[in-house]
Amino acid sequence: MSNLVTNVGHAHGHDHGHDDHHHDSGEMTVFGFWLYLMTDCILFASIFAAYAVLVNNVAGGPSGHDIFELPYVLGETALLLFSSITYGFAMLALFKGKKNQVLGWLALTFLFGAGFIGMEINEFHMLISEGFGPNRSGFLSGFFTLVGTHGLHVTSGLIWMAIMMYQVQKNGLTATNKTRLSCLSLFWHFLDVVWICVFTVVYLMGTL
Amino acid sequence: MFGKLSWEAIPFHEPIVMVTLAIIALGGLGLFAGITYFKKWTYLWTEWLTSVDHKKIGVMYIVVAMVMLLRGFADAIMMRTQQAMATAGSSGYLPPEHYDQIFTAHGVIMIIFMAMPFFTGLMNLAVPLQIGARDVAFPFLNSLSFWLLVSGVVLINVSLGVGEFAKTGWVAYPPLSGLQYSPGVGVDYYIWALQLSGLGTTLTGVNFLATVLKMRTPGMKLMDMPIFTWTCTWANVLIVASFPILTATLALLTLDRYMDFHIFTNELGGNPMMYVNLFWAWGHPEVYILILPAFGIFSEVISTFSGKKLFGHHSMIYASGAISVLGFMVWLHHFFTMGSGASVNAFFGLATMLISIPTGVKLFNWLFTIYQGRLRFTSQVMWTLGFMVTFAIGGMTGVLLAIPGADFVLHNSLFVIAHFHNVIIGGAVFGYIAGFAFYFPKAFGFKLHEGWGKAAFGFWITGFFVAFMPLYALGFMGMTRRLNTTTNPEWVPYLYVAMFGAVLIACGIACQLIQLYVSVRDRNKPENMCEHGDPWNAHTLEWSTSSPPPFYNFAVLPKADVIDPFTEAKENGTAYQAPAKYEPIHMPNNTATGVVMGGLLTVFGFAMIWHIWWLAIASLVGTVVYFAIHAARDDQGYMVPVDVIERIEAEQHKRLVAAGKIPANATRVETSLEQA
Amino acid sequence: MANAHSHDGHDAGHGSVKSYAIGFILSVILTVIPFGLVMYPTLPKSLTLWIVLIFAVVQVLVHLVYFLHLDRSAAQRNNVVAFVFAAIVIVLLVGLSLWIMFSIHTNMMAH
Repeated sequence: MSNLVTNVGHAHGHDHGHDDHHHDSGEMTVFGFWLYLMTDCILFASIFAAYAVLVNNVAGGPSGHDIFELPYVLGETALLLFSSITYGFAMLALFKGKKNQVLGWLALTFLFGAGFIGMEINEFHMLISEGFGPNRSGFLSGFFTLVGTHGLHVTSGLIWMAIMMYQVQKNGLTATNKTRLSCLSLFWHFLDVVWICVFTVVYLMGTL
Repeated sequence: MFGKLSWEAIPFHEPIVMVTLAIIALGGLGLFAGITYFKKWTYLWTEWLTSVDHKKIGVMYIVVAMVMLLRGFADAIMMRTQQAMATAGSSGYLPPEHYDQIFTAHGVIMIIFMAMPFFTGLMNLAVPLQIGARDVAFPFLNSLSFWLLVSGVVLINVSLGVGEFAKTGWVAYPPLSGLQYSPGVGVDYYIWALQLSGLGTTLTGVNFLATVLKMRTPGMKLMDMPIFTWTCTWANVLIVASFPILTATLALLTLDRYMDFHIFTNELGGNPMMYVNLFWAWGHPEVYILILPAFGIFSEVISTFSGKKLFGHHSMIYASGAISVLGFMVWLHHFFTMGSGASVNAFFGLATMLISIPTGVKLFNWLFTIYQGRLRFTSQVMWTLGFMVTFAIGGMTGVLLAIPGADFVLHNSLFVIAHFHNVIIGGAVFGYIAGFAFYFPKAFGFKLHEGWGKAAFGFWITGFFVAFMPLYALGFMGMTRRLNTTTNPEWVPYLYVAMFGAVLIACGIACQLIQLYVSVRDRNKPENMCEHGDPWNAHTLEWSTSSPPPFYNFAVLPKADVIDPFTEAKENGTAYQAPAKYEPIHMPNNTATGVVMGGLLTVFGFAMIWHIWWLAIASLVGTVVYFAIHAARDDQGYMVPVDVIERIEAEQHKRLVAAGKIPANATRVETSLEQA
Repeated sequence: MANAHSHDGHDAGHGSVKSYAIGFILSVILTVIPFGLVMYPTLPKSLTLWIVLIFAVVQVLVHLVYFLHLDRSAAQRNNVVAFVFAAIVIVLLVGLSLWIMFSIHTNMMAH
C-alpha cells in the first residue's frame, strides 16, 4: 500500500497547525475521547453500585462513620479543585499560545494532583495499618475499590501530564499537543466530577 | 521466578488434550512452513498485520471468527457426544473436570471470540464504505482493538495446553469462581481473556460511533444511513453502554481473587449476587449487540435481492433503537429465581415481552419488502428466510421464558439452552453467514460458490432443528443444563437425536469449507469475477466502488442525499462518473504499534494468570512506553498523489466498460462532486 | 480524515478567566456547605442528606458548564447528547441494580 505512493512528509515540523485535515482530526480526537470518557463514567457507575450494595456489610468491622475524617477529605477536595482551575488557566494560556505559561500552570496542576494522591496514599496507609484494610469487610473492599479506582485514574492523569509537559517543552504548542492537552483537560475535569460523587456518596453520606 | 507456572501445568496425562495439541502444533508448523516457503512473511506483515485499513482489519476479524467457530464447534460436538454416551451407568469419555472446561470454553468462545469478531469484521468491512468514508475515525485504534481481541484469543487457546480453563460455566458466577472454590488458573484465564478483548470491543464502539457521527460523506443525513450501518450503530451504542460494566465486574472479581477483597465472596460481607446482577447488566445488552447487526444484514439482503427499497427504512431505525433501549433494562430475566420481589420480576418480565413488539415491526418490514418484489433465491436470501422462521420460534420461546412463573419451572433447564441457541444460531449466526456471502465479493472481487452455499444452508437449518428441538422437550422433561452424566432412560432418545443434529451442522460447516475452497479455485472464471464492484445490483455506496475497493475507498467522495444513493445514481445515469481532475487524498500510515501492544498485553495477561509479577510489570510498562513512543512520533499520514489515483481509477474504468456498466466513451464531469 | 465534517473546532468554547473563576467560586460554596452541614450537624438528618445530594448534582452541573464547557451551541451538540446518554445509562444501571439488590435483600431477610 504505502509502497504505491510517496510519503510527502507534510507530517513533520510545526507547520501543520493550519492544515485543514489536521484541524478536523484534532476535533474528532477530542470528540472520540469524550465518548471514551462516557464509557469511563459507566465503569465508575458500576463500581458505585457495587459500593452501595456493600456499604452496610461491615462484618463486625468499622463503618464509614468510624473511620472517615472529613477535614482531611475536605483538604483532598480542595487540592483537586485547585488543580482543576490551574488546568483551566493552562488551557487559557494554550489558546493564547504562551508556551511558558502553559508549562507553569501544568506544573502547578501536577503538584496539586500529586498532593492529592499523596494524601490518598497516606489515608489508605493509615487505614491498613490500623487493621482496616480492604480484606477486613465487604464495606472496606468496596471503599478501597471505589476510591482506589479514582486514585488510579488521577495517577494516570499525572503520568500523562508529565509526558505532555515534556512534549510541550520539546515540540512547542503544536496542533497535536493542543489536541492532546484538550483531551487531558477533559480527563482532568472529569476526574474532579467523579470526585464530587465520591466525597458525597462515600464520605459525606458515610459520615452522616 | 515463574510464579505458579511449572511443567505440571501441561496436561501430559490427558490423551484427548495432547492429541488436540499435537494437531494444532502440526497445523501451526505447516502454516509457518508454508508462509516461509512462499516467502510471504513480509507481505503478511506489511499488508495485513500492521494494516490500519478497515477492510483488511475486517477480513482479519472474520478469519479469527471462523477459526474460533471451528474450535467452539469442536467443543459442542464433544459435549453432545458425551451426553449421548454418558447414560445408564456409563460415565462417557470426558471426566467432569474436563467436561466442565469444555462447556465453559464453548460459551465464551462462541459469544466473545466467534460472534463478536464476526460482527465486528462485517462492520469494519462495510460500514465505512456504506457511509462513503475513506476509513474509520481512528484507524490506529481500530488496529489496536483487533489485536486486543487476538490477545484474548491467544490466552483462551493457550489455556488448552498450559494449565486449565474455567470450570464455572461461561457466566463464572462467584462464589464458585472465587478463589476458595476455583483455586486453579482456569478462572484467571477467563478473566484476562475477556478483559483484554472486552477493552478492544469498547474501543471499537467508540471508534465506530465517532465514525458515523463525523465521517459521513457530504450530504448524507443520519436518517439516510444504510440500515446495516444503523443497526451496527445501535450495537455500538449498546457496546459503549454495557462493556464498561463487564470491565468493572471482571476487575472486581480480579480483586477478590488476587488481593483477597470481599466484594463477591460469601464471607465478611461480600455479595455474590451483585456479580450476577452486574454480569447480566452487560450480558443481556451483549446478545442485542450480536443480533442487531444481523438484522441489518437481513435488511440489506432482502432489499437488494427483492430489487426494492427496504420497506419502512425509518421504522426499522426506530425499531432497532427501541430494541436497544429496552434491551438495556431487562437483564434481571436471567435471574428471576434469585429472590427479588414480585414487583421487580413483573417489571423485568413485562419489559422483556415488550421487545417482541419492535422485533415484530422488523419482521413485517422484511415481509413487506419481499411483497411485490422479484425475490432472487440466492443463498443469502435462503439464510434470511430461514432466519425469519427460526427466529420467530426462538422469539416466542423467549416471550414464554419472560413470564417469571414459567421461568421458575424452566430456569437452568435445557429449554433455556434451546431458546438461546435458537435466537443466536437462527438469528445472529445465520445473519453473519448471509453477510459473509453477501460481502465476500466486495472484499475479494469474486463470488462464493452458490451450490455449496445452499447445501451449507440446508444442513445448517435441518441440523439446527434436529439438534435443538429435542432440547426444548428435554427441558420440559426436567433435564438441567451442564450435566456430565444422566440416569433417566427417557431422555436418551432425545439426546441421540440432538447429537445427530450436531453431526448435520458439522456437515453444514464442512460444506462451507468446501465452498471456500471451490470458490477460491474457480475465482478466475468469468461468471464468478466481479471486480467492477456491483455483483448484486445493490443500492448503497459500498457497491459503487471496485471490489476489492482501492485502499482509499472512493477517489471522489460520493454524493448521497437519499436513502439508496447508488440506486438513484444508476437510475439517473450519474453512477461511476469520473471527475475531470482528481485531488490528492490524505491517508493514514500503517503501524506495528497495534500488533506490538497486543503482543505485550498477551504476555501481561499470561503473567498475571500465572502470578509472574516481574513479567507482568515489565510487559505493562513496556506497553505504556511503546504507546508513548508511538504517540510521540506524531504520524500524520501521507497524501496519495493524483497520478496514483489516476492509474487505479483507469483500471477500474476498464473493468466497468468490460462489464457493460458504462459506455466506453464516457466523459468526465467538470465539477468534482466533492465541491458540488 | 479528509472528509471529516467541519464543525467549529474544539477551541470554540474554551472559557475565560472569568468563567473559570465563577466556576471555582461556585464549586467552593457547593463543597463547603455540605461538608459543614455534615461536620457540624444542625439540620435534621434527612434534610441534610437531601441538601448534600442536591448540592452534589448542582456542582456536577457547574463543573460541566464552567470547566468542561458543555453548552447548547451546535459545536457541542454531539458532546451533550453523549453525556445525556451516559447519564441515562447510569441512572438505569445504578437505579435498577439497587432496586433489584435491595429487593433481594429484603426478601432474603439478610442481616
